[in-house]
Amino acid sequence: MTLKVLLGRLVLGVSLMFAASPAMAEGALVAKHPEPQAWSSDGVFGKFDRQQLQRGYQVYKEVCAACHAMHLLSFRNLSQPGGPEFSVAQVKALAASFKYPALDDKGEPIERTGTPADRFPSPFPNDVAARAANNNALPPDLSVMTKARHGGANYVYNLIIGYSDAPAGFSLLPGLNYNEYFEGHQLAMPAPLVSDGQVTWPEGNPPATKQQMAKDVTAFLIWAAEPKMEERKELGVQVMIFLTLLAVLLFFAYKRVWRDVEH
Amino acid sequence: MSHGDYTYQPKNAFTKWLDSRLPIIRLMDEAMLQFPTPKNLNYWFTFGGILTFMLVVQILSGVVLAMHYVPHETMAFDSVERIMRDVNYGWLLRYMHANGASMFFIAVYAHIFRGLYYGSYKAPREVLWLLGIVIYLLMMATGFLGYTLPWGQMSFWGATVITNFFSAIPVVGPSITEWLWGSFAVDNATLQRFFSLHYLLPFVIAGVVVLHIWALHVPGNNNPLGIDVKGPADTVPFHPYYTTKDLFALVVFVLFFSYFIFFNPNAMGHTDNYIPANRLSTPLHIVPEWYYLPFYAILRSVPDKLLGVILMFSAILVWAFLPWLDRSHVRSAKFRPIYRQMFFILIGVVWILGMLGQQSPDGNFDFYGAELPISKVILSQILTIYYFAHFLLLTPIVSLREKALPVPESISKAVLAKKSGSAAVPGAARSPEKRV
Repeated sequence: MTLKVLLGRLVLGVSLMFAASPAMAEGALVAKHPEPQAWSSDGVFGKFDRQQLQRGYQVYKEVCAACHAMHLLSFRNLSQPGGPEFSVAQVKALAASFKYPALDDKGEPIERTGTPADRFPSPFPNDVAARAANNNALPPDLSVMTKARHGGANYVYNLIIGYSDAPAGFSLLPGLNYNEYFEGHQLAMPAPLVSDGQVTWPEGNPPATKQQMAKDVTAFLIWAAEPKMEERKELGVQVMIFLTLLAVLLFFAYKRVWRDVEH
Repeated sequence: MSHGDYTYQPKNAFTKWLDSRLPIIRLMDEAMLQFPTPKNLNYWFTFGGILTFMLVVQILSGVVLAMHYVPHETMAFDSVERIMRDVNYGWLLRYMHANGASMFFIAVYAHIFRGLYYGSYKAPREVLWLLGIVIYLLMMATGFLGYTLPWGQMSFWGATVITNFFSAIPVVGPSITEWLWGSFAVDNATLQRFFSLHYLLPFVIAGVVVLHIWALHVPGNNNPLGIDVKGPADTVPFHPYYTTKDLFALVVFVLFFSYFIFFNPNAMGHTDNYIPANRLSTPLHIVPEWYYLPFYAILRSVPDKLLGVILMFSAILVWAFLPWLDRSHVRSAKFRPIYRQMFFILIGVVWILGMLGQQSPDGNFDFYGAELPISKVILSQILTIYYFAHFLLLTPIVSLREKALPVPESISKAVLAKKSGSAAVPGAARSPEKRV
């Protein structure tokens, strides 16, 4: 990028804040407000559903991971407490099914099998390759996705299943797809979940409808963005109880100290 | 204010030896234990203690975060996420620090508006007030620098917008901006110096806080009645009376703080800051953190960039002249019926300016979902004019012409009157003059 382009961007950024042009706002179609969903992780006592996270990981691995990286996640995270809690053996086997570049003891490049300490493999070696394979659109990393979009998990869920045919008269640009939940209503990502049963879950899980798969993969993304959420909320409840009791005691101590003072 | 007679007596051989060499225990005893404090302080007066606590929380959590954070444009974002994921209780430290900044500002706004209401800026506390403004400006700078460190989209573009304020200065503006960046754009050099300064400024704040407390201890506390302490009957020793009261208030405040840390940690942040910085993609709507929003609205109210920047900084600097703009000898708004109303109107004006700063600048004003038939630009211009008029016109005029209510003779008499349930204030100085 040349310096000129860079400075141009700066000027654009600053001029945007000083005089955001009304034309820009009118031209873009506003995203539809996502329908709120009930998440087991919601609320003060919220917990993840282990089975749901395991199913959601499978949806990520078999569907989303074709284009989307999650470079902040390691296989070991999948067996940590407060997450999908796969067994350590499952995680080892899972990691071993991936190959990673390495060097042998002569410095020659080789491939080794993955270990639980490895990060999730990225589908593309770099952003340029990712764009080249996706009609110049860059599939964003999903590691903190539910925290990185307005509307959070509800937005992600509604977006995944929110694809429809463009209404009559809507001029959809070539290579884009119609989705009301997206700002501007057209996005590069095609509908990721196209049919029920796209993913085959182990016995004892609910049927893999599109809604269920979307729900589960979103729950998985909530966990991935906030893997310490259960620990945080558990500690939070204890802290709040402790502080409330302390406040009550301090209030009486304060009243007792002041009891003989007219104030 | 009468300081009474201090009674610190070194009790053992060591404290006697130390007292004649470095009387630090005497200083602590006089400043923190025996310090005579008006006995009628309400909970609005506990925010000074809360702010001191928050400064310590921010420094301690920040020092540990800095052990794990990497100030590099390609690593900063991921290093913050590593803190969240792999550092023991890293999520706690980071959410404490990020929400702590918001809590710090909530407390400082309560503290500043308390000062405005009870006339704490007036003689003999002008220097105390000016030092407070210095601390507030340092806090603004520190908060801004800290917000850039995660190197998300709002970090990057916020830094771009704020540093570009300086480019509005005629002739030397662009050079100053490049000097601040350490480059020709916001990039790695900027991030590294911002990290360095973000680590430095809290210690500068701590230094000015010492001066602020020193300047408090010379005239002593103001109080809700705004009258001087007349004698020992008006005061209680700071310890145990205010240590217990402030500690109770502090724990209630920490409960509020904890709710955000543990149950709603991203409520005060912007979702775009979880998108790694990208200099090729400008967010449609760049918003600063909530505590700058009223000033941001003032900045955007004028189409001219230089004038906007001058107005924004003046909006804070005007506070520095307040002790001399307000000519009334009555401190507390309790006894100033017109100023009291002006005070609440000012809060409303600042609040709506904050809402305007939050919204994109085009179209009509959205008041909690209801679209009012007034454009945001016009409304922010009207409120900006009112904001400055409050300080520069209304305050001096009202302070000269307002007829203040009778002020009690002393704190203890007012307290006794309140206790006996009498509506009138016995012994109040019933002065016919406008200026009591």
